[in-house]
Parts: sequence; C-alpha cells; structure tokens
Amino acid sequence: MSGKTASTTNNIAQARRTVQQLRTEASIERIKVSKASADLMLYCEEHAKKDPLLMGIPASENPFKDKKTCILL
Amino acid sequence: MCDQTFLAVVFGPCDKCSKEKPLRAVYIKSEQLSYCSLCVEMVQLVGLHHRLKLHGLIPPSDITHKHRDLPGQSFDAGLSNHRLFAVHQVAERVEALGQFVMKTRRTLKGHGNKVLCMDWCKDKRRIVSSSQDGKVIVWDSFTTNKEHAVTMPCTWVMACAYAPSGCAVACGGLDNKCSVYPLTFDKNENMAAKKKSVAMHTNYLSACSFTNSDMQILTASGDGTCALWDVESGQLLQSFHGHGADVLCLDLAPSETGNTFVSGGCDKKAMVWDMRSGQCIQSFETHDSDINSVRYYPSGDAFASGSDDATCRLYDLRADREVAIYSKESIIFGASSVDFSLSGRLLFAGYNDYTINVWDVLKGSRVSILFGHENRVSTLRVSPDGTAFCSGSWDHTLRVSA
Repeated sequence: MSGKTASTTNNIAQARRTVQQLRTEASIERIKVSKASADLMLYCEEHAKKDPLLMGIPASENPFKDKKTCILL
Repeated sequence: MCDQTFLAVVFGPCDKCSKEKPLRAVYIKSEQLSYCSLCVEMVQLVGLHHRLKLHGLIPPSDITHKHRDLPGQSFDAGLSNHRLFAVHQVAERVEALGQFVMKTRRTLKGHGNKVLCMDWCKDKRRIVSSSQDGKVIVWDSFTTNKEHAVTMPCTWVMACAYAPSGCAVACGGLDNKCSVYPLTFDKNENMAAKKKSVAMHTNYLSACSFTNSDMQILTASGDGTCALWDVESGQLLQSFHGHGADVLCLDLAPSETGNTFVSGGCDKKAMVWDMRSGQCIQSFETHDSDINSVRYYPSGDAFASGSDDATCRLYDLRADREVAIYSKESIIFGASSVDFSLSGRLLFAGYNDYTINVWDVLKGSRVSILFGHENRVSTLRVSPDGTAFCSGSWDHTLRVSA
C-alpha cells in the first residue's frame, strides 16, 4: 500500500479505483434475504438424509467407529 | 534462526477487576478488552453455568434480544436496519436438532510441534498435515499409520493441500513459496528430491488449494495478494489484489464449473473473486477482527467465516450481505477454523480456547461443544464424504471425530 509520502496523483488514482470498485459492487443484482434464507433451508432439508454427521450412520458402516469384536466359538 | 514463538506478556490493570496482573486480549460483545487470567476463567464459568442450567431442555435461541425485529416488520426493509439473524427468523419452523454424540475416534500423533494445517484426500481416508517444525506428514486416518513424511527447509508450514488426484501434496509457509511434492510409494526415492517450487510471494504463504485439477494452484499470502499458478511451468496465471492487509485464508467455490473463490484477511474483509478476470466481485466487511478462516456452504450460494473477534458469520452471496452470526457471550476466544457438514446444517468451528463448537447453521444456536485438545485448535476439515471431521491443534496432535 502507498505510504504516507505518496504523491497526490497516486492518491487520486487510488481513490478513482476504489470508487470504480464500489460502483461495480453496488450495481450487482441482489435477491431478498427471505428468498436466500429459504433456499438455504431447502438445501439443508434436501441433503439432510445424506449427511452422516447429522443423521448418524450405523457403526458397521462407519469406518471410524469401532466394530464389535468377533468371538470365535 | 529462532524457532520458537513467545507470547509478549502485557502487565497492567485488568478491565474487570482493576488489579495489576498479566493481561490477555479477549473479545466481549465485539469489543476488545484486556482481562487478567482470573477474570477470563470467571467469564467462561458464567457461560458454563448457563449451559448446565439449560441441559436437558430444548436449547432456546441464545441470541441477544435487542437485535430481534419487531413483529410485523419485514426484515427485508432496507439493508441498514436489520443486520443479523434473518436466517434464524425464516428457520423458526425448522425442527431443532437432537443431542449429538461425537467423540474422538482416532488421534494422530507424530508431529513434533504445533500442527498448523491439514487437508483430506478425495479418497476420504488420507490426510496431509503440516506443522511448525517444518514437517509435512501424510496419514492414513483409518489405521493412523504415517504413509509419507517430508521435512520442508522452512519452519511454520502454514498451508498444505492434497491434490484432487491424490498423487501430490502442496505446502508452504515462511519460505514465501508453495512447493508441490509428488507422492511416491517407492521406498528408495527421496520425496524431497522431486519437489517442485510453484508459487513465489513476497511474504509468508498462509493458504493454498488446488483447483479442480492437479494443474493449477491458488495461493494466499501475507503480502496481501492471492495468486493462481500453473503447476507444470510455475507461471503466474492471475493475481488478485485488493486486500489491505495479510490474506489468511481462501476457499474455492464447490461447483465443478465454478470460477470464483473467497478469501479472508487481516483487514477484516472477506472478498469474492472471479478467477478468470482477477476482479473482486463482492466484499463483506462486518467482522471486528482478522478473519482466520472462510468456507463455502455446500450449495455454493453462501460462505461462513471464523474470526479473532470470537464470532463466526454466514454471508449469502446472492443477497450480498451477512445473514447469520454465531456467537455466545461465553465464547471470548477467536475462531481459527470453520467447516460445514455435508448438508450444510452443521457448522464446525475450532477455537483458540482449545474447544470445537458445533453450530446449527439455520437456527443460530450451538448444538454441541467438543473438548479434547490440549492447546488451541488451529485447523478443522470435514471429510469429503461427511462421515468424520479432523482437527489439528497446537498440542501436536490431530483428532478425527465422528
């Protein structure tokens, strides 16, 4: 970043860039938060069944959970 | 060269009890204060009391009520008034989650110093981790065996990543470079000999990630820039300027055709970039301190960030604003690492107070707290198939929990 001794032209150029960036950011299309939140909820609900950490999978299928040891009769 | 980090101890009057004691920086309600260690314990104990009282009941939403909208008022009216908790209001009718039982299933021991970063392989089994002493180790998480180990010429390897093919790992840190090591099972070959230096920055490398193929790497650095490199030639394909301070983390959008990534930095900003043009598309500045970790929501429409201000926040890209904040009064230490579960309902966050908090993304409440690490949690990732998550800590170990 330019130091405190930067020339005036440098500051103006930088300010122009910032303004341009802010203009582009301000002009993007936004949707309502209610719609965005509803979409997030929908995604969670659709994928909840497939989420092992959420639903929990049986110990036999989980490679990390310890399986019951076999007993040889 | 000095290999240790020393905590600079500040003496002074504590902001709570006014006694002259060694002080620690804590964040209470977005304000930075200096508390002595006794007052830190007191604040955490109060939080623990609350939690024990509510044990057994359905946890009510512990959001501070002063921010709640008045009934009848639409939370879409104007961006400035209604800052937070919009997701929680829409999700009020969603079922609350039950109690979770998550335990450490594997402990990976072998690093000689603080574990700084880790990544899962796409085969859902292998893990690469890097530590302060310069070692990068590839583990098999099922058996806890070490498959490969490489010593980097520098200390503080802050970034490591597994290639999508599983045939190489990339790592970097204080050497300002990102190096790619092809993984070979040939015992006679020295892994360090095949090292390829890909990225060159002017300051430390804080994060790196392969894009959808083994051929390109995205890096973030303490010099305030991110960069996209071609692995084969080491050429800089695109650089991303815009952060006002060190960039600490980055994450690529999950879609196959995605061309965006998000980065978070010490300037408290999270910025979303277009990889082809190098332009910043969106930026978010609502955190009160450095953003340590960013992670995309599985659908790619939102991302979460964890910061030193002890909060995690959810930002929606299409609404272009923060839509949820995950914080509690009893949590005063920064969040170092965040990751979502497969469905995006759970947010796992590792904190500097040695714990991992699990948040319900939609309701905004904490679902579970995991203890076990003996020092701060520095990195946390959920496995690619979502069956487990791995956390690395300054206590030299990694823990896989499920």
